Amino acid sequence: MSRGARIAILMPGLAGLGSLFAWAIAGMPAFGDYRGPYGFVLNRVVVPLRHTTNVVMGTNFDVRAVDTMGEEFILYAAIVGVTLLLRDDARSQQAERHTKRFPNDAVRLVGVVMIGGGLLVALWLQAFGYITPGGGFQGGVLFAGAILLLYLVGNHRDYRPFRNERVLDPVEGLGAGGYIVVGLAALVSGAAFLTNLFGNGKTGTLLSGGSIALLNWASAIAVTVAMIILFAEFLETYTAPLEAEDAGS
Amino acid sequence: MSYLPYVVAAWICLVGIAGIATSRNLIHLAICLTVTQSSTYVLLLSVGYVKHGTAPIFKGTPLGTTAVDPVVQALTLTDVVVSVAVMGLILALALDAHRLSGTVDPDGIADISG
Repeated sequence: MSRGARIAILMPGLAGLGSLFAWAIAGMPAFGDYRGPYGFVLNRVVVPLRHTTNVVMGTNFDVRAVDTMGEEFILYAAIVGVTLLLRDDARSQQAERHTKRFPNDAVRLVGVVMIGGGLLVALWLQAFGYITPGGGFQGGVLFAGAILLLYLVGNHRDYRPFRNERVLDPVEGLGAGGYIVVGLAALVSGAAFLTNLFGNGKTGTLLSGGSIALLNWASAIAVTVAMIILFAEFLETYTAPLEAEDAGS
Repeated sequence: MSYLPYVVAAWICLVGIAGIATSRNLIHLAICLTVTQSSTYVLLLSVGYVKHGTAPIFKGTPLGTTAVDPVVQALTLTDVVVSVAVMGLILALALDAHRLSGTVDPDGIADISG
């Protein structure tokens, strides 16, 4: 299809969709005029029922835990796809020889400090996710980002041990599978899939929330490792051609 | 002004779709898809906003304080993380397309199919 024809089809479509949006917005309650009921109900019942003070996480890992499982497996499927497309053992061996270091000491110093700080904040976000703002998903991305900084301050050889697929692949499976196991444990105990187990604990402590804590850690592991694998596969794709150029010159 | 956030969400969505349809570069196309997707974040968070509401986290805030809808926040936060992974998959496909056809122009790739 020519570019002109495509735009000719696009414009009426966009105009139509825009009018539908305008119609929908005209029928919506004004911004801030939330009518509920789910938000109000959850904000009332989650803390007394589950003793977790972060209602967003209480929603994620209890009220709609099955949904979150679906989201986690979209993530898992996407990472499997990236791995299938990009992983190449011969190339990753070649990339391992890439040893150039970033020459600027200031960048390396700030980077090392940021790795430490980043890992600490990530662990805090993951561990206290269901009490204060945070959670396994957000903490996982930050954790993987801190590990990625190793590549900035060091080189591929420093980063390599943290992306060993013989370690990462099983741990990724542990994170994704752990979520299912917690769900199945509820079935074994005679309740519905992903029913909260283990009691509620003391409000606002790490021991609150029952299964929420376990599901939070399962998704924290799954997201952390998924992001490390994602970054590593792309890094190896880009460092290998550089290495080849170095060898040729 | 009270409908502005919804209008912004609709605008981001339309601009993103226009970008996808007219894109000449697969990486640009992937970013346009992310732009379109982020309209859902704006919409979800605006729909759940309660006037003068705080974050739905009751650590240091007494229970019963007016707070915004936690459901849409839960949806948004998982969606943001999943979108990064899906973006990675799309970029990996773009890399493969470039390896096979030598171009990242969607029109150029269509020509060599088969």
